[in-house]
Amino acid sequence: MDLSQFFIMRHEVLLLAVIILILLMEIFVGKANRKAIIPVSIGLFLLSTLAGFLPAESGQLFGDMYRTNGLIVSMKNILNIGVLIVMLLSAEWLRKEENLDKVSEYYLIMLSTLVGMFYMISSGDFLMFYLGLELASIPMAALAAYDKFRNSSAEAGIKFIFSSALSSGVLLYGLSMIYASTGSIYFTEVAAHMGEQPLQVLGFIFFLAGMGFKISLVPFHFWTADVYEGAPISVTSYLSVISKGAAIFIFSIVLFSVFPMLEPLWQELLYVLAILTMTLANLFAVRQNNIKRFLAFSSIAQAGFILLGIMGGPHLGLTTVVYFILVYVFTNLGAFGVAISISDKTGKENINDYNGLYKTNPMLSLTMMLALFSLAGIPPVAGFFGKFFLFTSAASKGYYILVLIAVLNATISLYYYLRVVKAMFIEKSDHPIAPFRSSLSTRMALALCVAGTFAVGFISWIYEYLYDMTYLLFIF
Amino acid sequence: MDFLYTIWIPLIPFLLFLLIGLTGMYFKPIVSGIVGTVGLGVITLLSFITAYQYFFVDGMVDGVYQKIVAGSYTWLAFTDTLHIDMGVMLDPIAVMMLLVVSIVSFMVHIYSLGYMKGEKGFSRFYAFLSLFTFSMLGLVVATNIFQMYIFWELVGVSSFLLIGFYYDKPSAVAASKKAFIVTRFADFGFLVGLLLLSYITGTFDFKTLTSPEGIETIRGAGLTFMGASAVTWAMLLIFMGGAGKSAMFPLHIWLPDAMEGPTPVSALIHAATMVVAGVYLVARLFPVFIMVTPESLNVIAYIGGFTSLFAAVIACTQFDIKRVLAFSTLSQIGYMMLALGVSGYGEHGLGFTASMFHLSTHAMFKALLFLGAGAIIHAVHSNYMYEMGGLRKYLPITHLTFLIACLTIAGVPPLSGFWSKDEILAAAWHHDKLLFFIEFAVAGLTAFYMFRLYFSVFWGKETHYHHTPHESPLTMTIPLMLLAVASIFAGFIPFGEFVSSDGIPHHGEIHMNIAVPSVAIGLLGILVALLMYRRETTVPDRIAKALGGFYRTVYHKFYIDEVYLFVTKKIIFNLISRPVAWFDRHLVDGTMNKVAWVVEFSSYRTRQLQSGQLQHYAVFFVAGVLVLVLTFAYFLF
Repeated sequence: MDLSQFFIMRHEVLLLAVIILILLMEIFVGKANRKAIIPVSIGLFLLSTLAGFLPAESGQLFGDMYRTNGLIVSMKNILNIGVLIVMLLSAEWLRKEENLDKVSEYYLIMLSTLVGMFYMISSGDFLMFYLGLELASIPMAALAAYDKFRNSSAEAGIKFIFSSALSSGVLLYGLSMIYASTGSIYFTEVAAHMGEQPLQVLGFIFFLAGMGFKISLVPFHFWTADVYEGAPISVTSYLSVISKGAAIFIFSIVLFSVFPMLEPLWQELLYVLAILTMTLANLFAVRQNNIKRFLAFSSIAQAGFILLGIMGGPHLGLTTVVYFILVYVFTNLGAFGVAISISDKTGKENINDYNGLYKTNPMLSLTMMLALFSLAGIPPVAGFFGKFFLFTSAASKGYYILVLIAVLNATISLYYYLRVVKAMFIEKSDHPIAPFRSSLSTRMALALCVAGTFAVGFISWIYEYLYDMTYLLFIF
Repeated sequence: MDFLYTIWIPLIPFLLFLLIGLTGMYFKPIVSGIVGTVGLGVITLLSFITAYQYFFVDGMVDGVYQKIVAGSYTWLAFTDTLHIDMGVMLDPIAVMMLLVVSIVSFMVHIYSLGYMKGEKGFSRFYAFLSLFTFSMLGLVVATNIFQMYIFWELVGVSSFLLIGFYYDKPSAVAASKKAFIVTRFADFGFLVGLLLLSYITGTFDFKTLTSPEGIETIRGAGLTFMGASAVTWAMLLIFMGGAGKSAMFPLHIWLPDAMEGPTPVSALIHAATMVVAGVYLVARLFPVFIMVTPESLNVIAYIGGFTSLFAAVIACTQFDIKRVLAFSTLSQIGYMMLALGVSGYGEHGLGFTASMFHLSTHAMFKALLFLGAGAIIHAVHSNYMYEMGGLRKYLPITHLTFLIACLTIAGVPPLSGFWSKDEILAAAWHHDKLLFFIEFAVAGLTAFYMFRLYFSVFWGKETHYHHTPHESPLTMTIPLMLLAVASIFAGFIPFGEFVSSDGIPHHGEIHMNIAVPSVAIGLLGILVALLMYRRETTVPDRIAKALGGFYRTVYHKFYIDEVYLFVTKKIIFNLISRPVAWFDRHLVDGTMNKVAWVVEFSSYRTRQLQSGQLQHYAVFFVAGVLVLVLTFAYFLF
């Protein structure tokens, strides 16, 4: 292995460099200049994001523990874009007096989890996969408890770490069964020795349950709402978009590359989980009043829709899922961005508080409306195409009843998304949120989200590019 | 030299529409009027140049007037042959219509400068006029039946907009809706017909459709439906669209009501141009009609003949001068349809030529009549002839031009109406004696009701006017005079030399055996009107009384409107719409409301699962894993 091969891990290496630089800043920047850490960190991360788009090679390292290819690079780039938006959105919140002391902490923890996610996505064996997974989860608990003097934030951290420990335990147990029955932890070898022995099936179901926790599939989702509500809202947006996206990426990669033998089994499992997840999450979401809880359940429901995409088989499945996550990054962060901005300025986080928002803050209302329309899948915004491709993917395998149920659920979801729109545009309020001007970074982030929400839907080569990437992946 | 410049003829009014419609409110209203009028002047000039070049320079090859495609753009391509184009096609009838439409539209533009002066929405009026002119010209030069259909709907829309121009007047709104719905209903037939025709032939293109090869393909199509061939059905459905636009019985009910629009609009749209679109459509597809389904031409002839008689009878009893003219229009369009229906092809194509001839002369004198009526209404502020009388002293120019128009429509030689009507009667005589006698009677009726109108308005007893009526301004009288000149001399054009069913010039001649009796019956009609209405007498009332029930039936236009109302309100609304509405409200909405309720209820229940206790969550998690394992690992494998 020489140095040039080392740079196959460009995304991870750059990210580590950013982390080290932020750590150095933390040590050397005096108390008076702490605010400067924010733009510098964002700038550094922007550079590493841009560098991620440079042409990349496929290959493997460390005896196939680490692998990368065009599709994986695209996944990492999507996550990078998402994290960049989250960083922009949280800048205003970090600038507050009580957070200034621990600004760099926020960045360090967040970027560490991102490193974990990158290694997880790139993993070529279950050891690397598990290390990445834990690196992505454990610091997350600290992030959820970032407002450590606020009870609900601390509670969120504790709930997260305990649930996470339980799920990791189950997952690890499953992996050990798989190791026991196949004699290897390398993806390629496991795939070669995988059969339908009871122990293997049991191990697989445990693995699936553990991943179901990360993606928050019903019935492994219970932690989601409480943690999302308790955590600071920027962290919630990170959890619901970035860590969920990363988990879905690796989940679909593992399903197609390690467990193709069990495809009949997991198709049926996903069938059931998809219906449960979409339906129950929608039923929960209908009655939520807290915007964070509302978005939490909406993101659970979206995970149910994503399962439909996975069911379309390796080629179509991976393409539609990656495309959907790209759309989801822009739209969900758009919705979160508006909520973050309002929460920062007024501390209000209930849907009722949004009554009459259009009168006072028209731009924010329009952005929110656009994001919600995209989440609900209304044309012509990108969310429509994302959902459309997911449904096409499931329909290509003949799951028409499942698609029908998904469409019914999409209709229910339209109801609660429109509830927020109605609050903003139609409801009157005696004490509407006063007009305010968001900070430059927030506005940049929202503009990025709006642009993405339109562009991803209209620029057809994005989908075609992903399609080609997945195609290359499966021809060998 | 090619004809590419002709694409500007429809394009200019479209640009004018955009210009006036989008920027009109920023200028004084008169600016919109002048811009529109000047634009129309340019179009008229272009039309004359086109006509000259087509008829005298480039149009004829080997003694036959060709169909020339001046410019075309493929808009939607379905197959190699089936594609929708947007383009300009010139042939004798298209060029003739270009002239008619642009001249009348130009006159109406000038006239409206005076007539509409000071009206609210003056520039909106000119924007709509431009839109209409664009649509009508696009229709006329259409290269294919689908383009024609698109512009066909556009003229429908502009007509709707202009009838409802006084949108704060309930009767105008009702009339515009009625016109739109009735013609739209007919257009549905047109659409189905043209789709059927294109399905049979695989093309929309007029040139292909009417070429000998095209005719052969259509003939070869063996589909039949209910005893008639599919082609016959297609052509009759297409004719249904034409009948709606041209207000043929029983789809005529919208035209009299359409008189709610401003009078210049009535002159342009509901007398001279749009309402003859149906005639134009039949003429456009005439080779298909005559070669493939001559039996449908019989239907057309009888519908035309019946409408002309029916409308002429009603016209004798109406008192609103615009309505008299509207029914007269119906009657005259009936003539044109009949002439197409009785026509043969080529050597025997007298009816075709006569129909087109009458279309152009009628456009001139009927526009003149309407514009004259506008001047009268402008002067006395009433539509009813019993509130007029003795106006010849006050409105000398209007009086003279109106008299000329009345003589023209009555068929008095040597005015233009005489020549075209004579040809139609001759064509009818050779084809079907019954139709001839109907038209012969209508000729008498026409002279009678027109002079009834003329004498009641300009002679008779003078009503007491609130203020002395005065002659209209020059902007209004100049178009009257120009149109009067056209009405007098248009008949001397050797029409058969230019327009014929097969493009080969035919020499026209006067048919003395028909001309003499028809002039005689026209004069008789005038004489009767003179005796009854020259001075105020009780004769008309006594005749009306003597006719009793028949008179009332005619006066109420044979209660056709009431029949329609009965059918729509009583039968369709009560028997179909109400049950459907009930079904929708109770079953469809009810089901949806129940579903919503179930969702709401189960949402309430499931929310209680989320207790906030971490222990519960762990139990659910483990239970979930166990259920999955039991279900999938042990029962299914």
